Amino acid sequence: MDIFEKLEILTDAAKYDVACTSSGVDRPAQKGKLGNAVKAGICHSFAADGRCISLLKVLMSNDCAFDCTYCVNRRSQDCRRTTFTPQELCRLTMEFYRRNYIEGLFLSSAVVKNPDYTCELMLTALKALREDYGFWGYVHVKAIPGASPRLTEKLGLYADRMSVNIELPSGQSLKTLAPQKSKEKILAPMGQIRDGIAQNSKEIVRYKAAPRFVPAGQSTQMIIGASPETDRQILALTEGLYKIYRLKRVFFSAYMPVVADRALPALNTPPPLLREHRLYQADWLLRFYGFSAGEILDDENPDFNPLLDPKCNWAVRHMEHFPVEVNTAPYEMLLRVPGIGVKSAMRIRAARRQGRLDFDGLKKLGVVLKRARYFIVCGGKSASPLPMDNPAVIAGAISERGLGQQKMEPPEQLSLFSPTREDGVKCLTGQI
Amino acid sequence: MLDRTNLVYRYDGSYQGFLCCVAECFADKRLPQGVQPLDEPQATLFSIKVVETRPELARRVEKSLVQRISPEAHRMVRDGFLTCMEDKELRLIRFILLGYQHGAKVTGMTVNDDVHAVNKALLYLKNEAHYHVEFIRFADCGGFLAAMITPNNMVLPLIVGHFCERFNTENFVIFDKSHGMGFVYQTGERPCREFFYADSLELPEPSEEEEKFRNLWRLFYDTIAVEGRINHKLRRGNMPMRYWPNMTEFQRDPD
Ligand code: SF4
Repeated sequence: MDIFEKLEILTDAAKYDVACTSSGVDRPAQKGKLGNAVKAGICHSFAADGRCISLLKVLMSNDCAFDCTYCVNRRSQDCRRTTFTPQELCRLTMEFYRRNYIEGLFLSSAVVKNPDYTCELMLTALKALREDYGFWGYVHVKAIPGASPRLTEKLGLYADRMSVNIELPSGQSLKTLAPQKSKEKILAPMGQIRDGIAQNSKEIVRYKAAPRFVPAGQSTQMIIGASPETDRQILALTEGLYKIYRLKRVFFSAYMPVVADRALPALNTPPPLLREHRLYQADWLLRFYGFSAGEILDDENPDFNPLLDPKCNWAVRHMEHFPVEVNTAPYEMLLRVPGIGVKSAMRIRAARRQGRLDFDGLKKLGVVLKRARYFIVCGGKSASPLPMDNPAVIAGAISERGLGQQKMEPPEQLSLFSPTREDGVKCLTGQI
Repeated sequence: MLDRTNLVYRYDGSYQGFLCCVAECFADKRLPQGVQPLDEPQATLFSIKVVETRPELARRVEKSLVQRISPEAHRMVRDGFLTCMEDKELRLIRFILLGYQHGAKVTGMTVNDDVHAVNKALLYLKNEAHYHVEFIRFADCGGFLAAMITPNNMVLPLIVGHFCERFNTENFVIFDKSHGMGFVYQTGERPCREFFYADSLELPEPSEEEEKFRNLWRLFYDTIAVEGRINHKLRRGNMPMRYWPNMTEFQRDPD
């Protein structure tokens, strides 16, 4: 099989994985080696689906021994099977990198024979890439659940980031849809990687030359909409993963029916893109805006509002905190105003030291007044065109339907807010 | 603020020349109507004053920006000069005057019209530079890598550092067609890094090996998109179409 066909098969099999970020670590260049890594990450292209292409995202092999119901690579599927040789993979990575097509490699794999054998295959390739080819760019590697801890640790020494897919939002769903996997098998390497990172950062303090273990941290992803969990359950799980496993990122993937099975949504079910979009917005609120999962969704409201982003939704249900005076409100409160993002909140904090702000000034600082005007006063003055005593009226005015009558087709919605752009660069400016 | 004369300054278009225009304006104690590079078509409505470029004078002006305003303001002027802001010279001169009035505080006066205009232009410059770090594409020309760009702002000085580090094992050249300037990096014991000016740059025809990797990249690009999520608007939002013509994945044979 020639390299073109292999690349096509092993890319096609890897494309449903969402994470493509190259962020989390600053690694200065080293003389004589190709590449470096920058903390904010760099996108190099955007595919026709609008998602960032940062890494050469491929599988080592799609020749899987397992039979997970929702997966295109499962044993019982009839398809072309192939495996890269380490040389093929190294050449592709190096040649793509020096043309500035990519920021590095994202290597995952189906389970060839058994988890340990698969891990060894990936190890051989990464070792060659780092040591023989002198590649100094970004590497994200997927840990294989069920592999021996010794091999997982070795993989981590060649990688910048590691991830274990949590796959589905509950242990029950795993049992039904991925019978060879289990919550325990998935969480074990996740815990091991967390402890490895903690241990390694102690060693680095003691002696600088200690090899770095997964310096960009670990991430995970789960499939949304293949199983019956509520948004609230998913968000609570996400918050737990950040807190307990100290993950850098949790990614969500709207389930795209690729397989007909009684346990799964019908083949013509559209992927729940709006729901995925709302989860990313809520994830931003958890990571950058100081919200907790319980504030965003609760027993009364277990699912997202399709018409309001989660921040607006929180604000209209808590009008007792508003309006706030932008000239004096604490930074944490500015962050909670719809229409003020992290960047504009920081700019307001800096600018108001120089003098009092008015509405015109706010606009120049990047505040989206169309939304913010219902929640702020400026020097005691309000710019709200509506009476402020009825939250339902305000909700109507700022709902996404109200904003210029957009079509409610989910893919169009996604353009309002792009969760797939690299961390830190554009995301921080996301005005939610 | 100073009055305006009905003079238009013309200068050689260099940063040093611009700094001499700043000095000229101080000597005149008045703002000109406009400041134009010599290679721009001449507007005849106003009288013309050609400002000579004197490196020594330029150095003195630059030093005073740092000392009398602040290093931060100096950086803003220097980078502001790389932008494609409308009437950039006049805007920058007004920004400098404001700086001499208010000192280091000027950079924080973000709601002032001139400061706002300069900040906006700088943001565009920074964003465009970032787009180039992302989307610039090199070709292996046998012995060296080459990239062509067509930016609106002069982003080259902002991006070469990144590639010198990352590609320290490679010889490379980046050429900015819009501004007729380029940059070369050559490895070796003492690496050479140099800007140059040229009207155009001729590159050899791609080798078979080069074509192979371009095609592999196009294949990867096409395969990685998920059909059920095609979203052209989102793609255009993240990657403005004006960069596409220089990108390998969009350069295809018509057949
Ligand atoms: S183990 Fe991975 S590749 Fe194999 S069937 Fe399950 S999800 Fe698919």
